[in-house]
Amino acid sequence: MLTDRDRIFTNLYGRQDAGLKGALRRGAWDETKFLLEKGKDWIITEMKASGLRGRGGAGFPTGLKWSFMPKPQEGRPHYLVVNADESEPGTCKDREIMRNDPHLLIEGCLIASFAMEANACYIYVRGEYVREREALERAVAEAYEENLIGPDNKHGYPFDLYVHHGAGAYICGEETALLESLEGKKGMPRLKPPFPANMGLYGCPTTVNNVESIAVAGTILRRGGSWFAGLGKPNNTGTKLFSISGHVEKPCNVEEEMGISFRELVERHCGGIRGGWDNLYAVIPGGSSVPVLPEHQCQDLSMDFDTLKNLKTGLGTAAVIVMDKSTDIVRAIARISYFYKHESCGQCTPCREGTGWMWRVLDRMAHGRAEKREIDMLLEVTTQIEGHTICALGDAAAWPVQGLIRHFRHEIEKRIDDYAANPTPPDYAIAAE
Amino acid sequence: MSVRRLAEIQPESFAFTQDNLQWAEGQIAKYPEGRQASAVIPLLWKAQEQNGGWVPEPAIRAIAEMLAMPTIRVMEVATFYTMFNLSPVGEHFVQLCGTTPCALRGANALKDVCRKVIGEERHVTGDGKLSWLEVECLGACSNAPMVQVNYDYFEDLTPESFEALLGDLRAGKAVKTGSQTGRSCSAPSGGDTSLLDEALYDGSVVGAWRKRFDEQAAGDATESDSAAKPAQSARPEAKASKGKADADAKPADAKPADDRPSDRSRREGQPAWAGGKGGVADLPRPSKPSGEEA
Repeated sequence: MLTDRDRIFTNLYGRQDAGLKGALRRGAWDETKFLLEKGKDWIITEMKASGLRGRGGAGFPTGLKWSFMPKPQEGRPHYLVVNADESEPGTCKDREIMRNDPHLLIEGCLIASFAMEANACYIYVRGEYVREREALERAVAEAYEENLIGPDNKHGYPFDLYVHHGAGAYICGEETALLESLEGKKGMPRLKPPFPANMGLYGCPTTVNNVESIAVAGTILRRGGSWFAGLGKPNNTGTKLFSISGHVEKPCNVEEEMGISFRELVERHCGGIRGGWDNLYAVIPGGSSVPVLPEHQCQDLSMDFDTLKNLKTGLGTAAVIVMDKSTDIVRAIARISYFYKHESCGQCTPCREGTGWMWRVLDRMAHGRAEKREIDMLLEVTTQIEGHTICALGDAAAWPVQGLIRHFRHEIEKRIDDYAANPTPPDYAIAAE
Repeated sequence: MSVRRLAEIQPESFAFTQDNLQWAEGQIAKYPEGRQASAVIPLLWKAQEQNGGWVPEPAIRAIAEMLAMPTIRVMEVATFYTMFNLSPVGEHFVQLCGTTPCALRGANALKDVCRKVIGEERHVTGDGKLSWLEVECLGACSNAPMVQVNYDYFEDLTPESFEALLGDLRAGKAVKTGSQTGRSCSAPSGGDTSLLDEALYDGSVVGAWRKRFDEQAAGDATESDSAAKPAQSARPEAKASKGKADADAKPADAKPADDRPSDRSRREGQPAWAGGKGGVADLPRPSKPSGEEA
């Protein structure tokens, strides 16, 4: 059990002043200059020692990512871009950071930029988060006013921070699509290589990090990489914001230790499963992109990257979507397929055509209007999409369907049998509720 | 991928107001020289705001000219990003999240309310007040089900509270944004389960972390001192320089105090908030006020 003292986001629920005064009192901007004076190598070493893995879903070590930036060259400035395009269904953590603890993020931007020799940083906020963006802009203005950031700030490192926003495109959460969007184009992912660390924003070396990965940097440096590494499990260290939604008694966001068990997480913070633990049916452990797990794999589940990977799913953004026995699982996954169909940018054929195809087939299966051989065909098509697209959206669209077939094939077959026995059935539950 | 087209009936012209023009210049200045195209999304957004919630075709041309971009590039952006409405919407434009986490908590019932009160998707009511659209995840999943009306989120809805909300909006009454059940942001309803330690908020965290650096520095000093002087005389010196904070601390050569996580109360079978043990209050106070960094 994580103690309050080891929590980083101490204003997660917005009960305190989100402004600079309140943030200072909670320990933000506390002798940041001292940290910067320790030098960029020290910062990167501490970040590596902390074992922090990127909080945007892929779990790439943040310290290592920072160390990939090349040596600065004449005429090629470095950029830090913060990915606040939080759109993965189930995920709602960065929103709380931006509106309640914005100064942790701004300070993290300064530290990360310093470590990567970037003098400018853009925070790309999703378009829908208008109020969150306004809160963040207020905090940035405060930081400029107090000369905490700016061309000639009191930390002695010239640094400018800009808040940019999108206009409703999930794909802009992919780092190269985000850069395209920031350059004023359609958010279509770029081929890699070249990687953003060499050719990123405006063709310059760029690092793209998630909001949470950046916002924890200040606290990690103050309390030490070894403090952070001492929390959680080996290779899955530190604390993490979990967003719990769906059929729990009290859905919420909460900061917990990595590797906390699913049962403890739900029992302690969410008041248990709706209708009791026997009523649990399935869990999507890391946002809509990761495969669903059936109830029997969730009872003693450890919420960390490696355990979930071994179960052929993932921690993703730690957005836990809980479903109880009232759920129409086929329809729930079909709705996720519809999401990917809607959000595919249309650049690669397997994804543009495949996402729509998968949705249409799943929609029929939800009614039972399909044949059993189509289940294998659907599985085959998911493997034709996965890994055959420029970005990971194709994979993200394929995995939930694979998870459904892996664990709930019997459910689809039952639908098909029922429909075959009675082709005009009474209305199936229309909702996934 | 969604196919989006411009509305058939378009106004003849579009021009930013003086205030908005000035605002646009501020936006363009955020990006490096020659990279003014980056401002295309904020400018389209402003045009939509000025034009009552949708982007007309003349605005696309005007913005292309302002940013020295080919018109087709701006057209691409306007049709790619789904938050740009290409045809008129109601004064209160309801975007209803229908993705799985919201659907699990009853978004489909909210859709029925929309159909009943407003009509089909994209239909603008006769009085021009309301229209609605099902959209994909709005990122407030712990507060599901929810809708966004213009720029505000309305969370933790039920069909009844949602219908009342639509009525209030239509009547022009003041409405409460955010959670409709009185939750503070995404805190669990019925009392917080974390962040209850008062010591987090009384300012005692400020500077507490410096101890490990001071100890390290003192440790280094001790080592270099002991090379020259007898070890016994070196230790008290180092200790004294650390101030009263160290009264209960370990010997100077011990590991930094903050180097590991706080006491795990789990081992004592006691919740974290049950006592002050291991709380921030036990940490040393800063030796000087924070913020004095010059």
